[in-house]
Amino acid sequence: MTTERLTPAPPPGELIDSPRFPVAARRELGNAQQRRNLHHATRTIRDKRAQAVGEMDNWQELRAAGGAIKSRVLRHLPEYLEQLEASLTRNGATVHWAGDAAEANRIVIDLVQQTGSTEVVKVKSMATQEIELNEALEESGIAAWETDLAELIVQLGHDRPSHILVPAIHRNRSEVRDIFLAEMGNYGTPPPPGLDDDPVNLADAARGHLREKFLRARVAVSGANFAIADTGSLVVVESEGNGRMCLTLPETLISVVGIEKVLPSFEDLEVFMQLLPRSSTAERMNPYTSIWSGASEGDGPQNVHVVLIDNGRTKALADPQGRTALRCIRCSACLNICPVFEKVGGHAYGSVYPGPIGAILNPQIRGTDSAVDRSLPFASTLCGACTEVCPVMIPIADLLVHMRSKVVDAKKAENTGVHLPHAEPAMMKAGAWVMADHRRLEAAQLATKTSGKVLGHFTDHIGALPWPLSKWANARDTANPPTQTFRDWWKANRAQEEQK
Amino acid sequence: MTASPQGRPGHGLTVALFATCINDTMFPGTPRATVEVLERLGCTVVFPREQTCCGQIFTNTGYFDEAVPSVRTYVKAFGGYDYIVGPSGSCVGAVRDQHPILAQRSGDAGLQREVAQVAPRTLDVSEFIVDVLGVTDVGAYFPHRVTYHPTCHSLRVVKVGDRPYTLLSKVRGLELVELPDARQCCGFGGTFSLKNADVSVAMAADKARNVASTGAEYLVAGDNSCLMNIGGVLSRQNAAVKPIHLIEILAHTEGN
Ligand code: SF4
Repeated sequence: MTTERLTPAPPPGELIDSPRFPVAARRELGNAQQRRNLHHATRTIRDKRAQAVGEMDNWQELRAAGGAIKSRVLRHLPEYLEQLEASLTRNGATVHWAGDAAEANRIVIDLVQQTGSTEVVKVKSMATQEIELNEALEESGIAAWETDLAELIVQLGHDRPSHILVPAIHRNRSEVRDIFLAEMGNYGTPPPPGLDDDPVNLADAARGHLREKFLRARVAVSGANFAIADTGSLVVVESEGNGRMCLTLPETLISVVGIEKVLPSFEDLEVFMQLLPRSSTAERMNPYTSIWSGASEGDGPQNVHVVLIDNGRTKALADPQGRTALRCIRCSACLNICPVFEKVGGHAYGSVYPGPIGAILNPQIRGTDSAVDRSLPFASTLCGACTEVCPVMIPIADLLVHMRSKVVDAKKAENTGVHLPHAEPAMMKAGAWVMADHRRLEAAQLATKTSGKVLGHFTDHIGALPWPLSKWANARDTANPPTQTFRDWWKANRAQEEQK
Repeated sequence: MTASPQGRPGHGLTVALFATCINDTMFPGTPRATVEVLERLGCTVVFPREQTCCGQIFTNTGYFDEAVPSVRTYVKAFGGYDYIVGPSGSCVGAVRDQHPILAQRSGDAGLQREVAQVAPRTLDVSEFIVDVLGVTDVGAYFPHRVTYHPTCHSLRVVKVGDRPYTLLSKVRGLELVELPDARQCCGFGGTFSLKNADVSVAMAADKARNVASTGAEYLVAGDNSCLMNIGGVLSRQNAAVKPIHLIEILAHTEGN
C-alpha cells in the first residue's frame, strides 16, 4: 500500500486497543523530556487557575449553578434536544442525528462530498476527535486541516493529542520548531527559513501556514461548547481566532455536537462563560466567543449543518450516578490538577479524553470490554483534587469508585462463565470474611505478630516481600509488624477497668 | 494537666475509639496515643471489641458487596455511641462517605437506617478535639522541627481544614516548617500503590524530596498509611526524617 496520504498520518493502531493504563503509564514515565514538559506546564496552569478562581467571591455559587443547570439538562435531555432541533431548523440550519461514530462520519463525508470540496478546515473539537473524523475523511479523499495551533502541532507531528485543551502539552517549543521545519512545507506554506523556537516566531509560522488554508477552504468543520435550545444557537469558545476564521469564511459549516452539550436558554451562558475561561485557560474573559444561530443571509456560512451525536452518551445517561460525568464542559482543570496525569501525560489513557474525566467517561461511553477501559477507573489515587476544581461539581473521585465497582461486577460475571477465574475476587472475598467478625481479624493478627517477632531477630525493617507486595517493597522500606496489637494492649491495660 | 477531673473539657463524655484495622495491627502506638490524649482531656474512652475495618480496601478496589460485612460490623460495634473517634482521615472519611452508599447497595433498609445514625457520629480525632471539646492546646510538649503533610482524605473527604495546624501551633517547643507542594497527593492510594506501582513510586519520590527539603526531623500527618508510603521512601533514601502521627505528637508531654 503506497497510496499517497493527503494529511500527516497519525501513529498506527486504534486507541481502543491501547495497553492497560499501568503498562502505558510505565512507558510514558520513561520519557524524561515529556515529564519535564508536563511538570512545568501543569504547575504553571494550576497556579494561574487558582489565581483566576480566587478572585471570584461567588465561585462556589457559580459552580453550584453550573452543576444544577447541567443536571437539569440531563434529566430532561429528550425535551431540550427536541427544542434545540426545532430552533435550529427554524433558523435555517439542517439537523442530523447520529447514533455512533460511524454514522456521524458518514453524514459529514456525504455533506462535504455534496459540496464537491476535497478539503475542510477544522476548529478544535473534541467530538470530532472522539469519532476520529479526520481519518474517516482522509479515507474518503478529503483532507482535514487542523487550525488550532496545538492541534496543528499534533497533526504535523504525526502525533495524538495528549490533553483536552492543550493537545501538545507534552511538547516543548524546541520540539515544536523541529516539527514545523520538518513537516509544514509538505502540507502547504512552509515556515520561514531559519525559524527559531521563540513562541512569537512559531506562532507567526503557523499563521502564515494557515492563512492560505483559511482563504481557500469552502467547508469548515467544528464542534460546539454549548448548544442553546431556546434560541437555536451554537457557541464556540476559543483563544486564537482560528475558530472565528473557520466559522465565518467558508460557505458550508458542519458542526458535530455531543447531545449533552445542550443548554436550556441563552441566559445560562452567563454562568458558563464565567466558569469555563477561568477553569480552563485561567482567563477572566474568553478571547474569541463565536455564537451563530443557523444561517443569516449575506453573513457567514449559508449552508449550516449540525450533527448531534450520541456515541455512547445515552448509555451513561441510563446510570443516575454515572451520568453526572456528562455535565463536563471539557475545561481540563481536572487534568491539570491531577498528580497522576502530571506524571504520565494524556497518551497513557488510550483515549482522546485523558485524565480524571477520561477515567470516568471512557468506560461509560465506550463500555468496559477493552483492557484499557477496564483499567482507567483505577488510574487514580482517589486524592480528590479533581473533584475540588471541577467547575460543574462532578463528584469525580466518587465516580471513579463507582466505575471501579462496575468493572469488578463485570469481572465477577465473567468468573462464572468461560473466562479464566480472576485472582482478585477470591482475595477480596477472603478479606471480607475476615473483616466480618473481629475474632477472625484477631486470628489473622496472630500471623502478623508472629512474623513481627521472627523478623525482629534479624532486622528492623522488611526488605523484600512476595508479589504483589514486592511492587511496594521495591522502592520503600517497611517497618516490621509490631509484636503487640492495639487490642492486646487494651486487653492488658484497660479492659479490666471497663469490667469494674 | 492539673485541672480537676470535673474541670477538664472531656468530663462526662464517653468516646468510642475506632482504632482502624491498620493501626490496630501495624501502628498500635497511634490508637494508644489517642487514648492517652482523650483521657488526659477528661474523656472516658471505650474500645468496642467487635470493630474490625472501615471496608475501604474493598470499596476502593470496586468490591462493594465484599465491603458490606465491614459496614454491618461497624454499626454493630459503634451503634449507641454519641462520639466515635478515629485517628485516620481516610478511615473516618470512608465511614462517613462510603457507608451510606454501601448500605444502599445492600438493599437492607435496617442497615441503611443504622448507617444514617452511626456514620455522621464518626469523627477524626482532630475534629473531636477542636470542635467537640473546644480545645486547641492539649498540653503537649515536643521540642522538634516538624513539617505537616495534609493527607488527601483528611483534607478533601473529612475536610479537617486547618485544625491540625492549629493543634500543632499550640504544642510547646515545636517548630512547624512549611512543606512545599503540601496539598499534592503522596501517591499511596491503597491498592493504587500495587496496581500502578510505577506511578505511585514516582509520586512518593516527589513528596519525599519535598519533605527532605524542609530539614524537618519529623514528618507529621493524620494517616499512617500515607506516612508508611512516604516514610518508606525516605528510609530507603536514608533520609533522617521520621514519620509520626499527629496524635502521637499531641500525646507527648514534658518529662515524657
Ligand atoms: S470533569 Fe470537570 S474539571 Fe474535568 S474537564 Fe470536565 S468540567 Fe473540567
